[in-house]
Amino acid sequence: MPDPIVVDYSSFPADLAATAPILLVAGLGVLVVLLDAFRNDDAMIPWVSGVGMAVAAAMQAFWVFEPGTAFEGQVYVGGAAAVANIVILTGAVASLALTVPYLSRLGRNYGEVHALILFSTAGMMTLASAGSLVTLFVGLETMSVCLYVLAGLVREESTANESALKYFLLGAFSTGFFLYGIALLYGATGTMQLALLAEGLALSGQTGLFLAGVGLLLVGFLFKVSAVPFHMWTPDVYQGAPTSLTAFMSTASKVATFAALAVVLSRALPLELVQGEVQVTLAVVAAVTMVAGNVVALVQTNLKRMLAYSSVAHAGYILAGLAAGTAAGYGAALFYLLAYTLMNVGAFGVMGALEWDEEQGADQSLDSLAGIGYRKPFLGVAMGVFMFALTGFPPFAGFIGKYLVFSAAVRADLTWLAVVGVLASVVSGVYYLRVMVVMWMKSPEDAPANARQPFPVGRATAAVVGLCALGLLVLGVLPGGFIELTAGVFGGGEAALVAVP
Amino acid sequence: MADFSGLLSLVIFLPAIGALVLLALPSADAIRWTALATTAVTFVLSIGLWLGFDAGVSTALQPQLATRLPWFGPAIDISYYVGVDGLNLLLLLLTTLLGPIVVLSSWTYIGKAHKGYYALLLLLETGVLGVFASFDVFLFYIFFELTLIPMVFIIGIWGGEDRIYAAIKFVIYTLVGSLLMLVGVLWLGFAAGDAVNGGVFTTDWYKLVQFGVPLGAQWGLFAVFGLAFMIKVPLFPLHTWLPDAHTQAPTGGSVVLAGVLLKMGTYGLLRFVVPFFPNASAAAAPWIGVLAVVGIVYGALVAFAQTDMKKLVAYSSVSHLGFVVLGLFAFDQVAVQGSLIQMVNHGISTGALFLIIGMLVERRHTRAMADYGGIAKSVPVLTFFMLFSVFASAGLPGLNGFVGEFMILIGSWRSATVGNPILVAVATTGVIFAAVYLLWMVYRTFYGEITDPENATMTDLNGREIGLLLPLVALMILMGFWPTPFLQRSERAVRSLIETSELKAAAVESAGPGEVVVVPVAWPADVATAPAPAPQP
Repeated sequence: MPDPIVVDYSSFPADLAATAPILLVAGLGVLVVLLDAFRNDDAMIPWVSGVGMAVAAAMQAFWVFEPGTAFEGQVYVGGAAAVANIVILTGAVASLALTVPYLSRLGRNYGEVHALILFSTAGMMTLASAGSLVTLFVGLETMSVCLYVLAGLVREESTANESALKYFLLGAFSTGFFLYGIALLYGATGTMQLALLAEGLALSGQTGLFLAGVGLLLVGFLFKVSAVPFHMWTPDVYQGAPTSLTAFMSTASKVATFAALAVVLSRALPLELVQGEVQVTLAVVAAVTMVAGNVVALVQTNLKRMLAYSSVAHAGYILAGLAAGTAAGYGAALFYLLAYTLMNVGAFGVMGALEWDEEQGADQSLDSLAGIGYRKPFLGVAMGVFMFALTGFPPFAGFIGKYLVFSAAVRADLTWLAVVGVLASVVSGVYYLRVMVVMWMKSPEDAPANARQPFPVGRATAAVVGLCALGLLVLGVLPGGFIELTAGVFGGGEAALVAVP
Repeated sequence: MADFSGLLSLVIFLPAIGALVLLALPSADAIRWTALATTAVTFVLSIGLWLGFDAGVSTALQPQLATRLPWFGPAIDISYYVGVDGLNLLLLLLTTLLGPIVVLSSWTYIGKAHKGYYALLLLLETGVLGVFASFDVFLFYIFFELTLIPMVFIIGIWGGEDRIYAAIKFVIYTLVGSLLMLVGVLWLGFAAGDAVNGGVFTTDWYKLVQFGVPLGAQWGLFAVFGLAFMIKVPLFPLHTWLPDAHTQAPTGGSVVLAGVLLKMGTYGLLRFVVPFFPNASAAAAPWIGVLAVVGIVYGALVAFAQTDMKKLVAYSSVSHLGFVVLGLFAFDQVAVQGSLIQMVNHGISTGALFLIIGMLVERRHTRAMADYGGIAKSVPVLTFFMLFSVFASAGLPGLNGFVGEFMILIGSWRSATVGNPILVAVATTGVIFAAVYLLWMVYRTFYGEITDPENATMTDLNGREIGLLLPLVALMILMGFWPTPFLQRSERAVRSLIETSELKAAAVESAGPGEVVVVPVAWPADVATAPAPAPQP
């Protein structure tokens, strides 16, 4: 159902105000570039970026209950966009806090990194707020280009180069699909505005063209969220990139892309399509993604690569929520995205803390983690929380997220998808549990000699990891408010949840 | 007393609070004493549940000592809903009773990482108490899964040589069942929500139990719920995780596993499967009965062939729980009550057996029967407790095991669903087998010549060990000679459950296509037949 578009040319200052959080983040990016030019790698830069993004998140919080549009409907503000932006900024700030100690250890805490993170985050926020196909594309590309550079940050390492090049080439390829999809959709409807697409289609009757456009657009989206079969780049990129930036890529960029996809499904496409062909497509992709991601993760011996495949699998769970095609489903996906952000940032944070020197940094094998729980109980317990949350154990938020997406799927008569999903979760239980087995049930003497040296854990890393674990517990025990919020922003308040067929 | 509704929540969460306190303590001694104090206080408080529960008051509309707090917001009817009724009272008390006993039994057995062990043990107690107390299926599910996390670490960190294999097997088996059940819960919640809750998804037990699930859907839901619980029980042929888990777990873990964790399965069958899906349950009962009886005989025969004491007791659990399942599906007052009391009996007697074997292992560091022999001479007190527990477990009249098994067999004999004379006759052989393999174990380990000089110098039980076994032995005698107060408390709840199930089954049977069946919970109006007043513990 299209939202009423308020066209008001005098509202330019108001538009600027409404998009202030995005502009703030982008502006800070420019500021950081300037700062870096005059005071190279200044210690203040991370603080400027981190505090700036936190302020942006706080600003967004004021708009959550005031949904609307800005710039003649090019951008959605408030509501779903605001919630998604807050989640994105949470992931970005947390990853930033991990990045500073991680890159400092590698001697690569460049000022540019923070500028890139800021620009990329601004792109993500634009993507999640997109009200038209053009905004969608601009956001997507701003986000992606910065991420390509971040993936290849450690220039001297061949895996990093491979990671960046692969990401760039395949990303560019998928962008082509995306852009072509946009062109076809414009051809079929005569509008770029998401809210007017369905109307335009009804006027022109170009169903075939429209369907082709939607299909290509979906391919672009599915590539960015690394759904099977468009996931091939994910393990190499996630493994090759610096761990703290993998945390950023695997969470914030997925939140943005999924939020945009949810907006397209809920506001742009006709309902009979969303609960028809698109639903079938998404459900099949979700099922394949859940199964393939988890099964392949099962045989990984490199923890980082395993987490990469696990994040593929989680894209599948989120897609299951979107496939439902209901407000409850979109809300479930949004809830899941927050839980997923906390789980993944936390897990990669622990990973990063465990790569304590150059030699170890290259060796992320499970064996080297033997008995870590006894050496660093805090990291061991926190990793336990993340692993059990990723498996979907109560009382952590991961479980509530799974409950919500599968419940939306069951409600939409996709019970088979829920069954596939839970069986895939059982498979995932094996490899997540294996991390626990290695960390707690093996003795530190089982680790290879070079993995037994003492190592420090930075305060920032410990704080992020601790807060993520705590957040998962709190969100898992008291999810009520956030469930209502996420379902509500997609127009699925109390009444709509009930009325969904 | 009756309006002191926070008591149950306090009992449930006190161990978890104790677990948090433990994390801040420095020395092993302080940790042990705190764990003991926490579990002991929890037990004392739980006696208040026994005193506050009135078997005469109807639980047809809500449980007693109940707390119901909204949880997931208005659009989803999931609540924190706990309470006590005739079905869970004894199991709650069994759990709190075993709490201090398990802590005491681990006193010297656990040699490393005390803090983690006792914290997990306390967390486990909270999980199990929550499972038994929940009147919301979603809450039940959360506690059900929550028990897995501590248990897998207890097996995996403090267990025997193959502990990791056993721990993973335990988790995977349970997860397969429970996650499929989650889908069932979702489906049922939406269907019942549409039928009895104004379209709002609900997992409230009292709302779900009124809703007559259409026949076709009943089979699917019966399959997923049943599978989850039958794995947990475990029912033959889903039992293969149990011997591994039992053998590898440390003593405390084995006692909790046998004593209460397995009961979560049988309790789930009784609380959810039978009343929610009565038609499918009744129709499947003969087949479940066959599996149960196969389990009884198979467990007994395999137990006979064991050389490892813990494995023997583990297989005896498979056999004994076969009786419980047989009784649960008999749709008969006496049989179901027998099953309920047998759950408690099995927890007490098998728990005692694992405790005593743990004491032997602590002295000699071996579970193999061949390494013992003739130790009755060197450890007479231990031998006395062993014999006592073996007799209770084998169902000697006058001790607790007899009451439950006898009631199950009588009730099943006249049952409309599992009342096949051949079936019940074969099941009865399980009682005889139990006496044979248990006494054979005692004979091989405690009597005969002392072959190993180490066995001659074994030290007998100390005060702590006698102290932790005494309450169990006292209960074996009490429940054997005077089961009335225990049975009386479950009588009307069981009758209500069976009547409701049967009424609902009939209503679903006769309902037209598309018709929504809603059957209110029946409550027997007449006075309880058992005359004896409840003794105050």
